[in-house]
Amino acid sequence: MTESVTTPDSSAPMESGGWSQFNEERVRPIKRYALRNPSLIWGLALMSFLLLFVGIGHLVWDTEQFRPLSTPTRLAPTLSHEMMKSGEPTGEVRAFPFGTDTAGRDLLAVAILGTPLTLRIGLIAGFVSIAFGTLAAFVAAYYRGWIDAAIRSVVDVGLAMPGLLILILIRINIGRELTVDEMGFALGLVGWVFPARTIRSQVLVMREAAYVELSRLSGTSGMGIIFKEMLPNLIPYITASLVGSVAGAILASIGLEAIGLGNFSTPTLGMTIFFNIQFSSITLGMWWWWLPPLVAIVIVFLGLFLISSGLDEWSNPRLRKRV
Amino acid sequence: MTEQTQAVENSSRFGGTSVSQIFLGIFGHFIVKRFLFFIFVVWLASTVIFIIPRLSGQDPVKEKLLLEAQRGGAMQTGLDAMAKKYQKRFGLDQPMWVQYTNFLKDLARLDLGVSIAFFPRTVNEIVFESLMWTLGLMGTVTVIAFILGTLAGAVLGWPRRPGWVQYVFMPLLTLAAIPQYLLAMILIFIFAFKLGWLPLFGGYSVATLPELSFSFVIDVLRHAVLPAFAILFSVVGFWAIGMRGMMINTQGEDYMIQADAKGLKGSRIFMRYAVRNALLPQVTGLALVLGTIVTGQVLVERVFSYPGIGDILFQAIRLSDFFVIRGIVIVIILGIAGATFLLDVLYPLLDPRIKVRS
Repeated sequence: MTESVTTPDSSAPMESGGWSQFNEERVRPIKRYALRNPSLIWGLALMSFLLLFVGIGHLVWDTEQFRPLSTPTRLAPTLSHEMMKSGEPTGEVRAFPFGTDTAGRDLLAVAILGTPLTLRIGLIAGFVSIAFGTLAAFVAAYYRGWIDAAIRSVVDVGLAMPGLLILILIRINIGRELTVDEMGFALGLVGWVFPARTIRSQVLVMREAAYVELSRLSGTSGMGIIFKEMLPNLIPYITASLVGSVAGAILASIGLEAIGLGNFSTPTLGMTIFFNIQFSSITLGMWWWWLPPLVAIVIVFLGLFLISSGLDEWSNPRLRKRV
Repeated sequence: MTEQTQAVENSSRFGGTSVSQIFLGIFGHFIVKRFLFFIFVVWLASTVIFIIPRLSGQDPVKEKLLLEAQRGGAMQTGLDAMAKKYQKRFGLDQPMWVQYTNFLKDLARLDLGVSIAFFPRTVNEIVFESLMWTLGLMGTVTVIAFILGTLAGAVLGWPRRPGWVQYVFMPLLTLAAIPQYLLAMILIFIFAFKLGWLPLFGGYSVATLPELSFSFVIDVLRHAVLPAFAILFSVVGFWAIGMRGMMINTQGEDYMIQADAKGLKGSRIFMRYAVRNALLPQVTGLALVLGTIVTGQVLVERVFSYPGIGDILFQAIRLSDFFVIRGIVIVIILGIAGATFLLDVLYPLLDPRIKVRS
């Protein structure tokens, strides 16, 4: 990646060389990297496709129809449905491209609203768990001693307890439905142990490195070394674990919702799955009900999986030569 | 693993005769250390489980009774007296530390209490009945998935594999990215709903009685096929991805070059040199993913209404049966911590380097 480094004399590439120089220095290396790392590009493409669907959907569709009883029930996908009122056609023709469910929700509106809500849970949980995990990992691995022993035993115990079960207990005892943000936060608080463990082992290796030693000898404080020397070098690795945490949190949130502990008034993908199981849409043959959330979830997971393996390649240069 | 090498070292150093040295020798031994850690995990987990309900300041027994009263309508009067009676029955009127020691005592005797929703029945009865279904399904599937996935990953990470292998297995690996319960829904739709080859839900047909006959066994197996495959597909991908990475890592090693230089047969190098060395981290992986396998299965059981732990958990949540939920959580944590302990103890037997180094 030496091409991407700007030479000192061209400090303002946009002014001196215009687009061609910018293209030469910034865009071409990205393109070349993209060709070498197809899984990252495919992953990003899948996620952008989903976001595009959501964005356009919000602009052109009436998303208020996610509420129950806002449409006729059990409609298969149709583009021209004649609305009925007490058995008489009213003359109004409406389109339901994704069909409607047993409770009279427009499933296109549900898909448009639910996808970003589920992603939101995942992102909140991912950032919370990576923030806590990174902090714990650095403190444990840099200072060692009793603080490391304490953090390590908490992490080991946390790994032995499936987060989903702890969340079920918490949710049962709170006794009310959690909002989307609260659920994301709770998932993050349960999910920080795994990143803490993996990042800790990376820091342990890094603290023996010569440049860290040098920085310590020249009198940099502990926090200074952590934030100025170690953290920047671990950014690729932390990004990769962030993606993993987001995927894990989405998986757990859908699990929590599928088992009946979600928020019944928000149309997340997990709640749609829950209603599907509850009203056995498969045995009713209502394929249009369960297919969209399923496809959305598969795209999310496939996208995150591809992004994380692409980031893996970025963070771990040993993988680049092979495969 | 450094802890373990250290432990082995300690035990050989303190091989003297005095009592204190023997004491140190025993407690320095890594199996004892690991066992103490297992006890520590279970203790800490159960303490967390004990504290969580107290933090929210809600009374599960009273909640449940209120719920019943709202449904029934007839027994509004005397509710407080009834709640008191129940609290006495469950020991909830005593000071906190008495409750805590009682809870730990019960746990040590593996007594998980009495169900609120199915009152006379104990949690032990309910949980162990469903545990048979879960363990039967999950045990088989985990073993099959581990073997199949490891083999697939080994072949995929082998540079001299036939070219078609990649095109067959790679799509299978992407299945690892799909949650098990979604796979379960797809499988139900195709094989149970559209084709009608296999039953839609349940652990056995509603009309049959559980008995030890040939037809019943066949019935149970037919019901287990779809849940098993739902779990299998996604877990196989997980093992294959891990194994493939380890196989690629062995390629540059000196012993591989040496084996090649000696002119050994390809199959021998593959099995005895590459696979054998790549296999070890897989065993560690098993300990790490046990938790996700269990919770994944809980959800798959929910989708299939399979009569295992997952289905009972769902029922208990629906009926807000706190003691059953708590019992299930404890049993699962015990199972995972116990399995991790066993794997830790077995690991040095598999990897002789851990002893040689001391």
